[in-house]
Amino acid sequence: MTTTSTHTRDEHPPLAKEPGVSPHNRRPRRRRVREWLTAVLFTVPALALFGLLVLLPIMYALYVSFFNWGGFGAPSDFTGLGNFSRLLDDPVFLGDLWRGLLLVVLSLALQLPFALAMAVLLNQKLRGRAFYRMLFFAPYVLSEVITGILFGMIFAPDDGLADEVLGSIGLDALGGLWFAGQDTVLPTLFLVMMWKYFGFHMMLYLAGLQGIPAELHEAARIDGAGPWQRFRHVTLPLLGPTIRMSVFLSVIGAIQLFDLVWVVTQGGPDHHSETMAVTLFQFGFKRFQVGYASAISIAMFLISLVFALAYQRFVLRRDTEGALTNMRSAR
Amino acid sequence: MTAPAPRRRLRSVPLYVTVWVVGVVMVTPLLYALVSGFKSTDQLSSNTFGLPSPWVTSNYTEILRSGTFWRSIGSSTLIAVGTTVLTVGTAALASFALARFVFRGRELLFTLFTIGLMFPFAVAILPLFILLRTFGLLDNPWGVILPQAAFGLPLTIVILRGFFREIPGELEEAATLDGCSPFGFFWRILLPMARPALGTVSVLAVVASWNNFLLPLLVFSDQTWWTIPVGVQQYQGQYSADVARVFAYLILAMVPALAFYAVAERQLIGGITMGATKD
Repeated sequence: MTTTSTHTRDEHPPLAKEPGVSPHNRRPRRRRVREWLTAVLFTVPALALFGLLVLLPIMYALYVSFFNWGGFGAPSDFTGLGNFSRLLDDPVFLGDLWRGLLLVVLSLALQLPFALAMAVLLNQKLRGRAFYRMLFFAPYVLSEVITGILFGMIFAPDDGLADEVLGSIGLDALGGLWFAGQDTVLPTLFLVMMWKYFGFHMMLYLAGLQGIPAELHEAARIDGAGPWQRFRHVTLPLLGPTIRMSVFLSVIGAIQLFDLVWVVTQGGPDHHSETMAVTLFQFGFKRFQVGYASAISIAMFLISLVFALAYQRFVLRRDTEGALTNMRSAR
Repeated sequence: MTAPAPRRRLRSVPLYVTVWVVGVVMVTPLLYALVSGFKSTDQLSSNTFGLPSPWVTSNYTEILRSGTFWRSIGSSTLIAVGTTVLTVGTAALASFALARFVFRGRELLFTLFTIGLMFPFAVAILPLFILLRTFGLLDNPWGVILPQAAFGLPLTIVILRGFFREIPGELEEAATLDGCSPFGFFWRILLPMARPALGTVSVLAVVASWNNFLLPLLVFSDQTWWTIPVGVQQYQGQYSADVARVFAYLILAMVPALAFYAVAERQLIGGITMGATKD
């Protein structure tokens, strides 16, 4: 294990020194062994839990993904990459990817700008802003199950609240099938996600805004910059790291989306709201094609991992050098 | 500062209107569910917007009198507490070692945990289910607590390690000179100092456990241990025609989470912003 050897960045000097050159190395050998043992003892409980219940299952999923397997007995029908090539021909899985991408695009185009606008608004001296902040964030603590069922009833075609409201102001035409329509289910789902999650992103932005020194705005104002110019050239660049992180989180969230979809539509109508996790669940626990379902879970994992690595490498590099990229550079 | 006061106030009118409108949109679904819970389902379809007449309290009282609702609150609480104690306890020990000891493979180990940040339950759920079945942990609260704790470790370790690093090394040296063992330092000095960080990660663990759905859905086939999300889903399936009753159940099921939010707002928001900036 040579991971620590190139890891001499000055962010945390007392810790990142490599064993070969640190004064630590001059300590008596017996003491070093004892320290190593202590460190191991401290890490063992967490490592056991993590290894047994996170890493092992994922390894096992990888193994099973090479088999045709119904979930009982030992897997024996080896198919090599058969499950994966089936995945690439499966219109539902490809649709999952497409729908995931659509949700991400909607989120980047609508949810995050809206969250940013609300953060800027609630960063000003408005009466009751503490209340509004708390209110906008509140849906985040509700479970997706409760949220989903609530909006499933509100968007019930014809007699749900949404259609009644639209009907009462003469906009019946805007109402409709909502979750029940093939073309409307995804936008409706996105509306619900926005209701639940924009407050989360708003809170991230607010934290970021509070880190911007007031002097910078003052200086820009003295130089004659208007509100929009100050936002564009002071706030936005300085908020860069926060925005990049919130983009990252909403992509990962879209890849993993399950609860909300499962309780409202189970992926329907006719797969039009299905996500990777829903397809995985359908094959694994309803149709008992565990080998194929495992291939989906490995695909999900790889997509998340590749995205996270690429994002850290190319986008977040300027902000924080994360542990993932450190490992890469150490190899 | 330069604009006279009245003009400033006038200029901020659109801002007030905007936040007010957004606030109404946020509150309406919740308020609608609350009021609808006080109607009968017949009333609800004939009188969608108005206040209930008469106010029907039986939806709420029947749920509050039923054992199922309280049982799901109890099991959600037990599982959340168990998960939190286990996650924070093991993560604190590991973060201590990862933050304050120099040993071979330390960064690799930390990297391993941070990769875990990207594992959703869904990725591991199939083999996890098989594993729990093999060990006879289905229909057993440990079958939910242990995996939840394991999946909660990455975020907890990332936050705690960052916090532990900031505590000056001189403190540890002084403690060691006074004859403090590493565990003694961890237990008597580090943990008390880290109380705010421990509060934050605990709140995050409680919320994650409270809202988890996929795992308890699969692990508990028997209703004894159903947590709130599972209970809500089953209730909705059972009474889907009785809309007003489901609204009442949703409202009651929200109360604990919202109450917890009201109490732990600071830790929760501190936690999500910390989690987002530290990884």
